[in-house]
Amino acid sequence: MRTRSLAASGLGFEIFRHAVLGLGAVLMLAPFVIMVSVSLKSSGEIFSPEFSLLPKQWHAWQNYADAFTKQPLARYILNGFIVTGAIFTCQLLTALPCAYALAKLRWRGKETMFLLVLLGLLIPPQVTAIPLYILLWQLGLLNSYAAVILPSTISVFGIFLLRQFFLTVPDDLINAARLDGLGEFAIVWRIMMPTAMPAVVAFGVLSLVWNWNEFFWPLIVIQSEHLATPPLGVVYFANAEAGTNYGPLMAAATAITAPLVIAFLAAQRWFIDGVTMTAVK
Amino acid sequence: MSDLALPMAGAATGRRRRAAGEAAEQMAAWVLAGPAFVLIWIMLLGPTVAVFVLSFTDWTFGMPEIAWAGLANYREMAADEVFWKTLRNTLAYVAFVVPLSVFLGLGAAILIEAGTSLRGFYRAAFFLPVVSTLLAMALVFQFAFHPTVGAINLTLAFLGLPTTDWLKNPDTALFALGVIGIWQAIGLSMVLFVAGLKAIPRDLYEAAAVDGADGAFERFRRVTWPMLGPATLFVVTITAIRAFQVFDTVQVLTDGGPNKSTNVLLFQMYQEGFSFLRSAYAAALTVVFLGFVLLVTVIQVKLQERHTHYG
Repeated sequence: MRTRSLAASGLGFEIFRHAVLGLGAVLMLAPFVIMVSVSLKSSGEIFSPEFSLLPKQWHAWQNYADAFTKQPLARYILNGFIVTGAIFTCQLLTALPCAYALAKLRWRGKETMFLLVLLGLLIPPQVTAIPLYILLWQLGLLNSYAAVILPSTISVFGIFLLRQFFLTVPDDLINAARLDGLGEFAIVWRIMMPTAMPAVVAFGVLSLVWNWNEFFWPLIVIQSEHLATPPLGVVYFANAEAGTNYGPLMAAATAITAPLVIAFLAAQRWFIDGVTMTAVK
Repeated sequence: MSDLALPMAGAATGRRRRAAGEAAEQMAAWVLAGPAFVLIWIMLLGPTVAVFVLSFTDWTFGMPEIAWAGLANYREMAADEVFWKTLRNTLAYVAFVVPLSVFLGLGAAILIEAGTSLRGFYRAAFFLPVVSTLLAMALVFQFAFHPTVGAINLTLAFLGLPTTDWLKNPDTALFALGVIGIWQAIGLSMVLFVAGLKAIPRDLYEAAAVDGADGAFERFRRVTWPMLGPATLFVVTITAIRAFQVFDTVQVLTDGGPNKSTNVLLFQMYQEGFSFLRSAYAAALTVVFLGFVLLVTVIQVKLQERHTHYG
């Protein structure tokens, strides 16, 4: 009996596959290439009618220097790290214990709690914007780091993801830990968290990507330049330069996109696993 | 007697100990889940209830007084031409972005998985837009859409196709934003389809081959496509919900214009709520937005139920 290859085979098909996917990849990557290319050119060259990938005269140094000196771009990027770091820490501190209780403990109120998590998953973040804005206004917290961080301190998505993962952890592991005299808190942080590392990392990168790129909420609550998150900073930049000075603008865009792109390329598998994990509901 | 009493006493203390253990477990569970419980109410569910209640009042931001207004906001909305245009724009955007990004993501996933070479590279290339900062990329697209020096018009002119100022032309602006939306959505749909493809048992293809299903198309029609049903449903739902949330590109590139042609639900909610400070009216717009998102979810759940009945 002849074993058939399951993948479509043949040289003709391989050429077709690479032709189509190659064209697709070029189109998907083109904006990144244009961004970097423009960030290297002088404005004269940017507005010349013929486009070339590399500049005839390198203007990279001036563009990047402008990007970092005309606006506090380094500050925006630092803010991005502060905000995303604080948010993920809070999300993990609340989600891990809750997910453990939902997956492994028997208690009255468990079904209700899980229902609340599922309800939370249905609500897009923009829905809560007006009441949360009013709440932060009454607390006098508008235009502060707290205003950006507080609404994201809870992640129902994180609870859900970690719970799904914890369900696959054998009960024997937890019982053994209890026999060793560990309390429930110690079990969460010393047994469950290390076991759930793949899920925690996947959740972490998704949280980082989401909050680094978030524009809607910071746009609403932040007015001061020194508190701006990266996307907001780029908008300040675009407005200040009135949309004509593309070289430094693209340099700024490159600078705020770079941390995530580098993180993605380094931890690609985690990102993709994280996304697919959410699909396996 | 004592022989009999001892095990009974042992059982009693055992039961008592178990009861104590259960009480401790209850306590522990509440302490562990408590912070999340409180935050879910303060940050998510409470505000959702509040937005619903607020939509039936007349409150504008900063006013000391608040009064019940019944359906006044919704009546104003129904009588407002701008609202209907906004709704049409939003639905047109969703109808443009969802099928194309799902179809292109599916095609990419199948082609990537059909061979063995360069899989990782293609997956990364298609997924990169998902993780990039949409706001920064929107500015790149603005440059690419530039009427005279933009890559898009230069390419179209080179091919002898018609060009226009895509973002300033009321007939094309919404679709120009849609192109950015599709560009960003393809990668997510591709990755979810790849996961779906990997979940298809290989023996199904062998069985199909025994049944005489030869050729790539037959295998796709008889095995791949039916088995991808649940994944497709999920991808369509996620993509649709994300398309309803379009905001960044509108705010930065077109500001709802030209001539309101890119005014979408969330953008109007943002303007009413945070530029004009009409909180109650913006809350009513939020309720409409939430209604659409929930509708998409309900349709998904219903279709999924039907699917599992057949399965």
